[in-house]
Amino acid sequence: MNETLLQVKHLQTNFYTENGVVKAVNDVSFAIREGETVCIVGESGCGKSITALSLMQLIPENGKVEGGEINFSGKNLLDLSKKDIRRLRGNEIGMIFQEPMTSLNPVFTIGEQMIEPIQEHLLLSKKDAYKKAMELITMLGIPNAEKIVNLYPHELSGGMLQRIMIAIALSCNPKLIIADEPTTALDVTIQAQILDLLRDIKKEFNTSMLLITHDLGVVAEMADYVVVMYAGKVVEEGPVLELFKNPQHPYTKGLLKAKPVIGERKDRLYTIAGQVPNLVDLHEACYFADRCEHAMDICRMKQPVLTEIAKGQKAACWLYEDGENR
Amino acid sequence: MSEALLEVQNLKKYYSASKGMFKKFGDSVKAVDGVSFTIEKGEVFGLVGESGSGKSTIGKTILRLHEKTDGDVMFKGKDVFSLSRKELRQLRVQTQLVFQDPFSSLNPRLRVGDAIGEAMVEHGLVSKREVRERVLEVMDKCGLSPFHIDRYPHEFSGGQRQRIVIARAMALNPEFIVMDEPVAALDVSIQAQIINLFSDLQRENGLSYLFISHDLSVVEHLCTKIAIMYLGNIVELAPKEELFDHPLHPYTKALLSAIPIPDPTAKRERIILTGDIPSPINPPSGCKFRTRCPMATDLCAEKAPDYREAGAGHFVACHYV
Ligand SMILES: Nc1ncnc2c1ncn2[C@@H]1O[C@H](COP(=O)(O)OP(=O)(O)OP(=O)(O)O)[C@@H](O)[C@H]1O
Ligand SMILES: [Mg+2]
Repeated sequence: MNETLLQVKHLQTNFYTENGVVKAVNDVSFAIREGETVCIVGESGCGKSITALSLMQLIPENGKVEGGEINFSGKNLLDLSKKDIRRLRGNEIGMIFQEPMTSLNPVFTIGEQMIEPIQEHLLLSKKDAYKKAMELITMLGIPNAEKIVNLYPHELSGGMLQRIMIAIALSCNPKLIIADEPTTALDVTIQAQILDLLRDIKKEFNTSMLLITHDLGVVAEMADYVVVMYAGKVVEEGPVLELFKNPQHPYTKGLLKAKPVIGERKDRLYTIAGQVPNLVDLHEACYFADRCEHAMDICRMKQPVLTEIAKGQKAACWLYEDGENR
Repeated sequence: MSEALLEVQNLKKYYSASKGMFKKFGDSVKAVDGVSFTIEKGEVFGLVGESGSGKSTIGKTILRLHEKTDGDVMFKGKDVFSLSRKELRQLRVQTQLVFQDPFSSLNPRLRVGDAIGEAMVEHGLVSKREVRERVLEVMDKCGLSPFHIDRYPHEFSGGQRQRIVIARAMALNPEFIVMDEPVAALDVSIQAQIINLFSDLQRENGLSYLFISHDLSVVEHLCTKIAIMYLGNIVELAPKEELFDHPLHPYTKALLSAIPIPDPTAKRERIILTGDIPSPINPPSGCKFRTRCPMATDLCAEKAPDYREAGAGHFVACHYV
């Protein structure tokens, strides 16, 4: 397949809080190839957003990236200066967030917010930047581009705003788009439109995508490759077909079974007992052990490492380790 | 066998738009614009729709948490809007509301036990002496541990808080609960726990629910009858199997096809609706769905379709069904 565009290795991001150190992203590694869509999936608080924000060095003030490498087009992003990182954002890497309203400035028109970055990154005149903005808006299926550019964010619906965010992300022909729950705040029929749009973009421009979601349905529709996170760690990863057909980690299996699915009429849903652990003061163990049906003594004493189990599919689980590795 | 617990006839709820952000439209917001349905005893009735479709307004109006604009709501044969004070107090025990956000629906300064027991004492259902025992009983039913009783809400996770809210509702031994997006804020693994709890409580206590949700897969799992709403109207209503196996309305079909299925090999025909959901302040003429409907014609702009029975118990409002 294609070349690796982004390679994250042993990323470690911690928060310093009154209650202790929160290991929000705890030794996370994954890669994205050119033209590939990688989905990070997991429940609330497992570190999906902080992983994405760490890539862009946009984490909240009390947090710090304390280890690892983020290699992108031959550079380690963690070595770049603030200024270089800023140039990369919105140039080679575009970003889309869950709440478009909070990523846009309420006091500027849509046009003003689109044209400025286009001018800055593509070194275009104001007039050409305006033209480019109009093209993008039209391309994303928004009618009346001339009218839209003069509106303020609050005058547009959530779906429209998300299209505008995508237009801004696309405006500098990025190699990678990072989208954090881009459709979570939208109604289903609007979500379908936006997912369709993202698929078209990928087809047309061969853009790589890091798509973050908690919805396994969205993952199945969008991903080429899936990374499952739990409590700050990657517990399983693999190509989408294999991962859904043959999930390995008990957590992945549980998630897939717990979700009600259209057309499947069961009497009861499968449940994963208990809840996600507190990320402060975690001690050496598999963090899923307390909720796992298969937990063994070793699971409560030692952290399993991510290892290849089936072709291309990796999981971090003691069930798959043979005796000598324990 | 079937016995109507709740009967809703042509219910309308308009919000006056003379104030605030809707002012410039001069008119009112027709949040609920003439809906009729019946919920039988022991039934789990699903109400599905996208934002602005009027689901929550229906939930609150039928419990008389605010006034109606027009139409009738009968609970156990009595008109909810002409109850005596005593009867209204009784309604407040027989019916309960559980809503989406388990964070804002609990008083942060009230211990869990007090939050659950408060209404029981207030309505004189138990004496002060017995309340603790009864609270522990309800907590156990809802999957909470006895040691939780003296803790405060902030010490609990989202899923546990939703259990507390459910326990509070169950404490009064209600017959009917309106659940407004009760699992929307929860993660999949926690959502499954709470959904199973709903099923258990419903079965064990012969409860009836009005279950409001935007998530058709949850509704399919839990409900026996389902109504699909669009901009203040029910566009289709049918028993679960009928609705999912033979949807009639183009909106229902589109909605079903838009839900992402967790199976990358699933081959489906997808109907992508164009355009946005219109504002309920200023809805399209005729059939309100026509601006996004792939089959719309001139007729749809001129005349709103009748809501009629297309098959046994299967109601639909579309000129072309
Ligand atoms: N500013 C902060 N200070 C302390 N802890 C934080 C901060 N921001 C995030 N965290 C913690 O880091 C962990 C990971 O958070 P993150 O936002 O990445 O989760 P997520 O997977 O994106 O969840 P969601 O699905 O809810 O968006 C969580 O435990 C969270 O509480
Ligand atoms: Mg997040």
